[in-house]
Amino acid sequence: MSALLEEMNEKALQLGIPLSVQLDLTYRCNERCVHCYLDHDDRGEMTATEIKSLLQEMADVGVFILTLSGGEILLRRDFFEILEHARKLTFCVKLKTNAILIGEREAERIRSLGVESLQVSIYSHRPEVHDAITKVPGSLSRSLSAIRFLKARGLKIVIANVLMAQNRQDYPAVRALAAELGVDCTLDPTITPKMDGDRSILSLNADHATLSAVFVEEGLPSSVGDSCSPSSRVDESVLDSLPCSAGHTACYVSPYGDVYPCVQFPLPSGNIRHKPFLDIWRHSDQLNEVRAIRLRDLASCSQCVHVPNCTRCPGLAYMEGNVRGPSTQDCEKSFARTGVPSLNLLSRKGSRPKLVQIQHLRATTVAF
Amino acid sequence: MSQSIYPCRSSRIAARKLGAEMMIMCASDSTLFTLNETATLLWEGADGSTSLEEIVANTICSQFDVEYAEALRDAEILAHQLASHGILLLTNEPMAASRVG
Repeated sequence: MSALLEEMNEKALQLGIPLSVQLDLTYRCNERCVHCYLDHDDRGEMTATEIKSLLQEMADVGVFILTLSGGEILLRRDFFEILEHARKLTFCVKLKTNAILIGEREAERIRSLGVESLQVSIYSHRPEVHDAITKVPGSLSRSLSAIRFLKARGLKIVIANVLMAQNRQDYPAVRALAAELGVDCTLDPTITPKMDGDRSILSLNADHATLSAVFVEEGLPSSVGDSCSPSSRVDESVLDSLPCSAGHTACYVSPYGDVYPCVQFPLPSGNIRHKPFLDIWRHSDQLNEVRAIRLRDLASCSQCVHVPNCTRCPGLAYMEGNVRGPSTQDCEKSFARTGVPSLNLLSRKGSRPKLVQIQHLRATTVAF
Repeated sequence: MSQSIYPCRSSRIAARKLGAEMMIMCASDSTLFTLNETATLLWEGADGSTSLEEIVANTICSQFDVEYAEALRDAEILAHQLASHGILLLTNEPMAASRVG
């Protein structure tokens, strides 16, 4: 995030403005990715009229960054009508798509509407791996063609690669592919539980050895240079800080009008078919509860050595059963980054951290 | 006497008011700008059919204690700066559409 955007985010926080919203237009999809957390049936999507009305409300409230996602957004026949309306309201629009329905004509239309960027999911450089994950033969080839169409028109593209057991060896080659295409690339090592609470897909998570290798790769998220040292000390400002932007300057709206703190935080907070967006944003008990939580309120995490650098996701913690509890997936990431188990991991193993009794000042390294 | 300038907001940008400031993102290069309160007034008045002189006289001078000639000079500099980033389009004739690309 740029310094200026950070500044704007801070200002939005003070003013109580949701600067950034992800709106899923549909959960329907033309791929069937093995790790997907969604139910792809249509259970009553908002109409284009409802969405346009919601967009107007969001613009009035001050939403600036609008991420349109799904499901596959281009499966909506009215997608371009919605996108055009969003741009008339001068949102900074980002799209998340598998891009397999984007041909030259669609690419040109997206360009002409002034979309800020597109995130396209690519799981491997090898068709046999990517297509096995999406369960759609030929999907890698079609997604890459679309990226070329979009890139040729000057659009900003980000390849999103989700790390999982199936593609654990392929991320360097995906990064190289992105460089060859002249686009950015991100690697997400998190598999999200299904929105209905089913956690079976977590078995697809990359193992500890893979995660450890990923975190020491230069340029990947949370690289060793950023967070190898667990913590020097935990000061008051850290404990008073906010866990993340969910519910503070960001939120998520489902295709059915349900509002949640974040796409990865399925705490139902209201529905725009029953209440105006602004009312939900300002007065929802659930959002206000999320807003009240500070790191010091997290019984286990606030005592953990990783607290200043932890990537703990409150949504994953919520899905694990306790919004004020740890997110074990993030504990595992902290462990992979540093080699030091979190308090949560230690207690899960039934052990406690060893007490270190220092009798003399000595130049020695103490490890748990 | 120099020709009038008719500033017009580009349709290639994203914009939202945050407090008294305006956030602007250029789609072409994802550059983020913020405009202060005065610049935001100029931006909001840039509909393509109102001249810079009118914007300064009717909006800026009516809200701030500033001399017209000085405000117009500053507004012209700002308008050209914004135009150089593709945020505003400047013409010497009024435009039909409120925002153009």
